[in-house]
Amino acid sequence: MNSDALLGGFADTPVQSARAFRAALDALSRPGTIRVVEGATPPAPLSTAAGVLVLTLCDGTTPVHLAGAHDCPALRQWITFHTSAPLVDAAQATFAIGGWDALQPVARFASGTPDYPDRSATLIIEMPGLAAAGMRLSGPGIQSKARLSLPDVTAFKANRARFPLGFDCFLTAGSQLAGLPRASRVEDI
Amino acid sequence: MTDQAYNFAYLDEQTKRMIRRAILKGVAVPGYQVPFASREMPMPYGWGTGGVQVTAACLVPEDRLKVIDQGADDTTNAVSIRKFFQRTAGVAVTEATTAASIIQTRHRIPETPLHEGQILVYQVPIPEPLRFLEPRETETRKMHELEEYGLMHVKLYEDIARHGTIATSYAYPVKVEGRYVMDPSPIPKFDNPKLSDSPALQLFGAGREQRIYALPPYTQVVSLDFDDHPFDPSKAAHDCDLCGAAASYLDEVIIDDQGGRMFVCSDTDFCRGRREAGHVGALGVPLAEGGM
Repeated sequence: MNSDALLGGFADTPVQSARAFRAALDALSRPGTIRVVEGATPPAPLSTAAGVLVLTLCDGTTPVHLAGAHDCPALRQWITFHTSAPLVDAAQATFAIGGWDALQPVARFASGTPDYPDRSATLIIEMPGLAAAGMRLSGPGIQSKARLSLPDVTAFKANRARFPLGFDCFLTAGSQLAGLPRASRVEDI
Repeated sequence: MTDQAYNFAYLDEQTKRMIRRAILKGVAVPGYQVPFASREMPMPYGWGTGGVQVTAACLVPEDRLKVIDQGADDTTNAVSIRKFFQRTAGVAVTEATTAASIIQTRHRIPETPLHEGQILVYQVPIPEPLRFLEPRETETRKMHELEEYGLMHVKLYEDIARHGTIATSYAYPVKVEGRYVMDPSPIPKFDNPKLSDSPALQLFGAGREQRIYALPPYTQVVSLDFDDHPFDPSKAAHDCDLCGAAASYLDEVIIDDQGGRMFVCSDTDFCRGRREAGHVGALGVPLAEGGM
């Protein structure tokens, strides 16, 4: 094992993961909000924000899928050491991490069952950048309208159309973090 | 000061991760009850173990916590939960609604409007609104799946047939974003309009029943009713006897053996704020004179 895999975790897990969760909760409950998180220094290509989410939410009970360039030995070792999450295929994943293109087709991820819609995947989408501009969002958590630089429209519209089934997303770029729950309506305006 | 014998906010990290994932799924599907592996807490079921676990999973050291029980900051349940988190998380506490970042509540929504960034955590005894109509979890789950809520309307209709009006006065069922029927916890129906379009995030925790659900800010919440019997958020036809507030929810307090009674705001912080601002009710005396 590469000794770098041992580094880059939280120094003070209870407090740092609490702050990270509050940022993630705020981002998901108010889509369009961009929050900055810190505390993790994962190996490339994982961003700081995605690393923080992994440390905060993943453990041995949450299978993780690494897509595309994110499926590299350094990252596999880092996630295994810090969270002991099993690394699995897309269909079994509770969390899936990767760039938007690498995550395609997103229909393969768990979207819950009609009686248990919570048994669905959470996608952590690595973005080149995040801005409160672009696609228009509406729905729960949004007072009137919000905007977020999403990588796609059609896929998120299709995801919303299946409500209450569907996957939920965090979008990460550097230390920035945004959330897109399945309840959000996305329009390309 | 945090009690060093405990992890931050009492719960272990594995448990907090599990609760946090449930909260996030609850936020993603507003009104849907997410099952979670509720832990035994150092207090009995019925004392807010669900709310305490949700609060513990959300707290950060910078938080300012307010705990209310039926609107009051100074009752046993509120005092003991507040002390619990002072001791295990070292967070600051307050009784002022506007100063709090997290408010854990039993059976009330504060009168003072909440603001963006606040989290309201409800203690929930029975999270399933259909439970008293259908005792089987397998059946109620199917009813939610199929949006089969006719039984709830039958129950409200039978209220009207028997009493001439919808007699349900607390835990009044609501529909969230046109999809899930939800139990708002035993808040008086007077508080139901405040559920909808709230700037604050609302989280619901049921410890014994092992369910967490959520209302993100600005979520549409509609109290169930009929066209010819519209929802009526009623309250006692009185003003507060201490502060004179006409539009706050009131407790009726028996004050002697002759049937004497007074009506006072159930929200103690709201009532004190009004009295400090110089409002005086019918039986009250100005605060400056040291009156009660």
